[in-house]
Amino acid sequence: MDAITSNLGLFASGFWGTIVLSFFTMVGSLIFGTVLAAMRVSPTPVLRAAATTYVNVVRNTPLTLVLFFCAFGLPYLQISFGNTTDQVSFNYAVLALTAYTSCFVCEAIRSGIATVPLGQAEAARSIGLTFTQSLRFIILPQGIRTVVPPLASVIIAMVKNTSIASGFNNKELISAMNGVIELRGDQVPLILAGTAIAYLILSIGLGQIFGLIERKVRIAR
Amino acid sequence: MSASQVLFDAPGPKARRNNVIISIVAVLLLLGAIAWIVFKFAEAGQFEASKWSPFSYTDIQGVLLKGLGSTLLAAALGTVFAMLIGVIFAVGRLSTKRWISLPTTIVLEFFRGLPVLLLMFGVYYLGSGKVSPLVAVVTGLALYNGMVIAEIIRAGVLALPKGQGEAATAVGLTRGQTLRTILLPQAFRSMLPTIIAQVVVLLKDSALGYLVTYQELLYAINNIGRDYQNLLPAFIVGAAIFILINLLVAAFAKWLERRLSRSPKKIK
Repeated sequence: MDAITSNLGLFASGFWGTIVLSFFTMVGSLIFGTVLAAMRVSPTPVLRAAATTYVNVVRNTPLTLVLFFCAFGLPYLQISFGNTTDQVSFNYAVLALTAYTSCFVCEAIRSGIATVPLGQAEAARSIGLTFTQSLRFIILPQGIRTVVPPLASVIIAMVKNTSIASGFNNKELISAMNGVIELRGDQVPLILAGTAIAYLILSIGLGQIFGLIERKVRIAR
Repeated sequence: MSASQVLFDAPGPKARRNNVIISIVAVLLLLGAIAWIVFKFAEAGQFEASKWSPFSYTDIQGVLLKGLGSTLLAAALGTVFAMLIGVIFAVGRLSTKRWISLPTTIVLEFFRGLPVLLLMFGVYYLGSGKVSPLVAVVTGLALYNGMVIAEIIRAGVLALPKGQGEAATAVGLTRGQTLRTILLPQAFRSMLPTIIAQVVVLLKDSALGYLVTYQELLYAINNIGRDYQNLLPAFIVGAAIFILINLLVAAFAKWLERRLSRSPKKIK
């Protein structure tokens, strides 16, 4: 047990790192994903084409490759954000995870928009709402409520995906685990189990929270 | 009616004019963004012929092909084992005996709740240097995606008309026979497009092998990029290969879906 207890600080900071990385990615990809979804249903063909191309390209690229590009490619182009090395790595990771997760958020929201009954949109138009207004006040509020379950799985998958950032100089659960294993190679199974439990706490906890939200916002049709 | 048509009428003269304005602004913004990226690439000297010509060398192509081969090998092995695990766990969860279905559910939820990378690292470390990276990659891919496929197959069985199972029982088939000869084949068939979509996920996840020192496509890209100082061109070539394969698999799934849906054997 002492491999876990004596390195609790390292594990805690890794756990916190995963949470912070997930939080910023979640906020970013929800915003950017909604924008992409709005573009994909907009009346302007150019916007539709741009968003569709983006989603199809990034969704079919492995996340490891996206992270690889941000962490190793962007420095070549002299694009970096932040002052310390840790900060720069963190921002690259948030950028890559957001760019990738947004595609899945976009697709989830788009499928939600499709579930809104036709009459709702027709009613919105008949009272004179513009495209933006009907999207903002009528369609999206209903569409987003019906997509809580698929969005939840996108977010949970994203939290698990933050593990890949460990390969690109980020401090999170997997890098903490690798660090502890280097110190205590004799207790590998225990350390693995500890890390697994940490991830299960996150994914099961998030599942519970999203379940609550789903029950609260469900629309009776 | 598609989602996009729900939201707006056939545009009138004013809407058409606005549309043209928005299109022009959007095109300008997009061109601006592309120009900025091109400028950044050019500034970093990434368009020089020396950065791209290495890809015409046969040994570089060989390295890429070898990487691609390793990626496809891991993905193929992962798919085969994931299917096996998927069927076994789907049957386990569908079992009416609680002492089978309960532990199956717990194991399934456990592996589904973990990152694939953790599973790969787990095998890698537990094997303490004696297992090859390929084994770690394939085990990770098979375990995680197997659980997902199990849930897909289970959903397929549950979605079948109740009469299928009842009829099988009525002609005297046991529970196991019903599953094996009646329910699973139909569920597998109806869920095939979803299963293939999961194979795309598996194929993409094989790039995680890079992090556990498996020498796959991304590893090859990294090596070429470091050797020839052309990381960005190497990245673009690698991304194009990955995207192409995934689009091919996805197109195959679509073709299969169309083919299956017009099959004369379809049950009414």
